[in-house]
Amino acid sequence: MVLSEVKKGQTFKILSIPNEIVRAQAIRFGIAEGAIVTCDELVPAGPVILRKNKQEIAVGHGLAREILVEAIQ
Amino acid sequence: MAHCHGSNIKIDLPEHGRKIVLAGNPNVGKSVFFNALTGMYVDVSNYPGTTLDISYGRLGEDLVIDTPGVYGISSFNDEERIARDVILSADIVINVVDAVHLERDLFLTQQIIDTGVPVIVALNMIDDAQKQGLKVDADLLEHLLGVPVMETVAIKGKGLDQVKNNINKARSGIISHPELQKMLTKMKARVASQGEALLILEGDPIISGRHGLQPAKHREEIYLMRRERVNDLVGHVISEIKEGTDFKTKLGRWMITPVTGIPILFGMLYLMYQVIGVFVAQTVVGITEETIMVGMYEPFMQSLVSKFVDLESWLGYMLAGEFGVLTMTVTYVLGLLMPLVVGFYFFLSAFEDSGYLPRLAALTDRMLSLVGLNGRAIIPIILGFGCVTLATVVTRLLGSVRERRIAIFLLALAIPCSAQLGVIAGMLAGLGGIYLTLYVIVIFSVMAIVGTLLNRFMPGKSSDLLIDLPPLRIPRIENVIKKTVTKSFAFLKEATPLFALGAFLISVMNLTGLLAALQNFLAPITVGWLNLPKDASTAFVMGIVRRDFGAAGLTDLAMDPLSTIVALITITLFVPCIAAILVLFKERNKKEAAIMWFGSLTIAFLIGGIVNKLTGMFANETTGIWFTILVFLGTIGLTSLLTRIRNNTNVKTVSQEG
Repeated sequence: MVLSEVKKGQTFKILSIPNEIVRAQAIRFGIAEGAIVTCDELVPAGPVILRKNKQEIAVGHGLAREILVEAIQ
Repeated sequence: MAHCHGSNIKIDLPEHGRKIVLAGNPNVGKSVFFNALTGMYVDVSNYPGTTLDISYGRLGEDLVIDTPGVYGISSFNDEERIARDVILSADIVINVVDAVHLERDLFLTQQIIDTGVPVIVALNMIDDAQKQGLKVDADLLEHLLGVPVMETVAIKGKGLDQVKNNINKARSGIISHPELQKMLTKMKARVASQGEALLILEGDPIISGRHGLQPAKHREEIYLMRRERVNDLVGHVISEIKEGTDFKTKLGRWMITPVTGIPILFGMLYLMYQVIGVFVAQTVVGITEETIMVGMYEPFMQSLVSKFVDLESWLGYMLAGEFGVLTMTVTYVLGLLMPLVVGFYFFLSAFEDSGYLPRLAALTDRMLSLVGLNGRAIIPIILGFGCVTLATVVTRLLGSVRERRIAIFLLALAIPCSAQLGVIAGMLAGLGGIYLTLYVIVIFSVMAIVGTLLNRFMPGKSSDLLIDLPPLRIPRIENVIKKTVTKSFAFLKEATPLFALGAFLISVMNLTGLLAALQNFLAPITVGWLNLPKDASTAFVMGIVRRDFGAAGLTDLAMDPLSTIVALITITLFVPCIAAILVLFKERNKKEAAIMWFGSLTIAFLIGGIVNKLTGMFANETTGIWFTILVFLGTIGLTSLLTRIRNNTNVKTVSQEG
């Protein structure tokens, strides 16, 4: 599924991120492909707020629709 | 010739002195270190080609240079380019990291280490980490990184001396990966400096260009090696992660989610209105503009000028007349703009320092994305209500040219600056709530419709939001004041010549009769199409000089409430003041600026006329107003629906956001 479809509180693994500059930025923040993150907050049709440990990142809706993720139980 | 980086900052370096550079992510407390190391004697200079300033000061023989907070060094934005150049020219780097966010911060640390420069790490906010249930093993981190690591709590002054006394112990650390070491050795044979070799390998176009080389394509490979190494380091040095959300984390989320975020935003805006709109705009400006500048400064300047030139002559008129370079410009910039700009920057700096700004960007991202912008555009939009000229300059922080075009046009068209807003609010206050609703809905609709259309038809793509949400904290007053002062000063320095040039042009237009010609040209449209008195066109033309002159010109005209609203809508949408136009020409090209100027002129009269005709369609005025409001709201809906249908066929591509 894509990142924009996750639910609040869900934990998942990031599978792929489009666009190499976004990917570079994501690697710096520590949410690169393969990272396991939690959705902390969700603005309806707006940004997804991701958390990994204490680090929080806001991802715009358009971008979230292009990031592939996999839910983790 | 290849090693001239950093030479574009003019700083005298004593012969034996070294360049000690402070580096770190945004909001990690670098400035506290900077102040502690350099004491009182600090210089600030603008970095060429940007709106950013860097501070530098002395520590004995050595020079200490501060850099903008960045997450990595590359060419993604101005901050990074400056940090990159300053770090590459450093003899020693003091890297300040936030102990709570090591996964994020150590990426930059490791990148700096990979440049080969001697580093000393200040593990800051160690008390916060403990409070949040994190235990960081500083000794192990020191061992693994290969550089000294000192625990600090900068705001409480803890560990600062230790860092200061151990600067000489800074040394080159361990490179991310043996594979990277090999690549560096190979590239270093060609460019001599390891730092530049690294940036070339990471595909930095500017550094590669300086050496006449093609940027290498290893960025992702190197970034992933570094990320893996940082994750590994963090895994070793951090223990006892205690889960749980404290109040600050909860408050941070409330700021983002619309149900609570919008009331919080309105609360902030109300506070800004009370401080800037009421206190600064009325009380302070009353003193600075009326009492000091108009009451004392201008008569003084006029009598001074009259000693040398006849005030009635064209030269006297240009210097000290109605729109004089020495009278109106100075009054405008110092009496009116300065207090307002300081007020706006004070809030912006406080929002930035507290961590509210990125959350505000996340909250507003959805709405702004409808007009082809992302949440970061909220910064120039808020500043636009202060001064459109200022906001136009600030659009430089947006991710792409496309976003800058959209933002600049919307600012020029539909955002009334504080000077104008004051007069407009005064005129609206005397009318009923229904007129106020009409005004707000029409201006908002125009912004939404024009923005949606620009987003639909402008070629290219806008960038999506991808930002770090730093922990919330109470803004530190000395930080906020420092930022307010440097930013306000930088803006006034940049804008004053433009205001002077604007005043000069207006004087010329007035002396040559161009202003009167424009007035005569607009008069029939004003009377026939907008159904306003002929003199309203004078007010519109005065709006070119200063937006508030235009709005103020309307107060003297005898108009019924409906005509007043039509006039106010037209003057709000009408072309920005001459300084904003000049900035537009400076920031964009001539053609684009001209299109924007004529565009807002046309839209202003078009919308004013439409409101006039629509409200006039019914015998009952109230019915006419409600009908008009519905038409405008309906047009927003229709525009967004139509553009969405057409848009579905296009797959949107994403670009970066720093």
